[in-house]
Amino acid sequence: MKKGNDHGKHKYGMVIDIDKCTGCGTCMVACAAENNVSVRADQSDKERTITWMRLYKISNGKEFPHTEVSYFPRPCMHCDHHPPCVSVCVATATKLDFNTGIVSQIYTRCIGCRYCQAACPYGARYFNWWDAFPQDKGMDRYLTPEVSPRMRGVVEKCTFCHHRLMRAKTLAYAEDRRELEEGEYVTACTEACPAQAITFGDLNNPEHEVSKLIKHPFTFRLLERIGTEPKVYYHSSRDWVRKLGDNFLPGEYTPVVNKTWAEEEWSTKPGRDEF
Amino acid sequence: MDSPLLPHGVKRCSTWAFFFWTLPWLALLAWGGLSAFLCLWKGLNQTNMSNVFAFALWIVFDLAVIALGAGAFFTGFLTYIMGQKELKNIIKPAVIIGFICYSGAMAMLGIDIGQPIRGWFIFWHANIHSMLVEVSFCITCYLMVLAIEFIPIILENRKLEEIKELRIFGHSLHEIMAVFAATGTFLSFFHQGSLGGMFGVMYARPFAAREGFYIWPWTFFLFVLSAIACGPCFTILCTKLTEFFSRKKLVPDSAIQLLAKISAWLLSLYMVLKIADYLGWMYGIIPRSGLTFESFFREGPYGVYLVVCEIIVCGILPAIILMVPKGRQNQGWLIIACLLNCTGIVLNRFLFIVVTLAIPVMPFDRFWGYLPTWQEWGIGFAVIGYGFLLFSAAYRYLPIFPKERELNPITE
Ligand code: SF4
Ligand code: SF4
Repeated sequence: MKKGNDHGKHKYGMVIDIDKCTGCGTCMVACAAENNVSVRADQSDKERTITWMRLYKISNGKEFPHTEVSYFPRPCMHCDHHPPCVSVCVATATKLDFNTGIVSQIYTRCIGCRYCQAACPYGARYFNWWDAFPQDKGMDRYLTPEVSPRMRGVVEKCTFCHHRLMRAKTLAYAEDRRELEEGEYVTACTEACPAQAITFGDLNNPEHEVSKLIKHPFTFRLLERIGTEPKVYYHSSRDWVRKLGDNFLPGEYTPVVNKTWAEEEWSTKPGRDEF
Repeated sequence: MDSPLLPHGVKRCSTWAFFFWTLPWLALLAWGGLSAFLCLWKGLNQTNMSNVFAFALWIVFDLAVIALGAGAFFTGFLTYIMGQKELKNIIKPAVIIGFICYSGAMAMLGIDIGQPIRGWFIFWHANIHSMLVEVSFCITCYLMVLAIEFIPIILENRKLEEIKELRIFGHSLHEIMAVFAATGTFLSFFHQGSLGGMFGVMYARPFAAREGFYIWPWTFFLFVLSAIACGPCFTILCTKLTEFFSRKKLVPDSAIQLLAKISAWLLSLYMVLKIADYLGWMYGIIPRSGLTFESFFREGPYGVYLVVCEIIVCGILPAIILMVPKGRQNQGWLIIACLLNCTGIVLNRFLFIVVTLAIPVMPFDRFWGYLPTWQEWGIGFAVIGYGFLLFSAAYRYLPIFPKERELNPITE
């Protein structure tokens, strides 16, 4: 699988700190602007708008004054090994790149059968129900030149800003480097988040912050049990948030409680949050 | 007016009556034509499909007509390969129904994909791991087989028969029908199965996901079995409908009874396996995903009543009626049982398509509901209109019921 110009195997991934996320939506806006996501004058039909990065509001479901609210920013999870959406695609229009771990989408090959949308449990895939981006009113001047706009009738999704990887690589090659430094390639949402809730990097590189963060007991993934192996991780100190990351039968969820934070000791005995 | 075209020795309604009969179906076709035009011209925003309901009414229609059209390959298999000579009396209508169902489904699929002009990418850039690729390959090939099976039937038209070359060609095709029946059986087995496999392999959707044998999820085998259980019933229904409208007996009871009996056994076997499948899934995949059966029906318009209907009302009940000789020999009960059987299979496809998508997998997501637009209905109904038109034209101009003359001697 190794290409001549790419030493070692990378696995790009992201850790989102839910405790830091304020739900401001900057990641959504940055993503849409960066990736030339189509917009319409009326964006109220949420079943048909395109939001590669989407915020889900979650709540602990308790009555005031115990109500707590949080947000799950949800990009494509870039599921690993056997992404649900990849093997189903009829036209080989979506692929998992083993050199980067990125699940890509070839717009000009997609026939728009939407099987991949049905297969993705995160709702991360979006179909172009209308003609692309308004071409009049000069809005095409705001397009990112590195990202191709999509035509009507094809499926699109978060690419981990793949073009930024290309850009970073080109730059590195120009400087006669073959490896990227940490932080040279980050996604638009990572860069834009004012709370710095998103960390992006190579999960295979032990030096990268992300590969340390994913070992933390507060780190979890969405729907881990069904075996999609997402490369997007979440981090929260609150049990009710972690519990909403997956489906659990009664009694199945074991809360992680940080009893002695100073000594970096972790216990799974019930503590602050009870379920 | 068109009497030189009508088959010998049978009675048909007047040309005018036939013309008026076709009007409602032509109207459905016009409605569908307008809808198709809008969908191709303006895009799929004309439908109520969405990023949640990526598959909707059309896919339900597709899967339903393909299952119901299974009567064609299965009757062919029984007639030519198992040597059930009795079924020669019903094989021609079965083939025509199959042709209608498959060509209708293909036409709908052509509109359903977002980029119809790229349809050939399925073959050119085929992803051999995708069940949908297998479906597309087999359906396309099988439609050709059906067309080949349809040709000799068309060539039996009185006027065409007069042309010697065509007559010889038609008869030679007849001779080798067994080859096509075998090919059709092979192709049908795989695409009926892959249509089920399509849903079983969606391992991240616990409502549809199934375990299975090697690369084939259980839905693969269940879809094959359910299709051959309901296909013959649909053939019976269509024949009965033709008999009702033409007010005469067209197929000897023995052929109908044989089909009904075979259907009964297959449906019973299917019900046993389907219930086993439900149980295996309820105690395997669902708890492993951290869910319960009830959690799928917590909210939204699609309740557990759909499953009850599928299994009991439209599964076990028709199986019993068809199984009991007294039941299937009674015209009324036979028709009710066939109707229920077909409804059950359509319901099964509906559950796998629409209900699967309506149920959120992420715990913080919501349940969804969906209603089709008139454009979606238009295209669905156009397939029905097309079916009525083609079938009535075939009945009028071709001798598709070999026993018609014998059963309805013209007295004067
Ligand atoms: S999150 Fe969805 S779209 Fe992204 S890789 Fe996984 S299945 Fe595919
Ligand atoms: S919609 Fe496009 S990417 Fe998705 S399965 Fe169909 S062809 Fe593949």
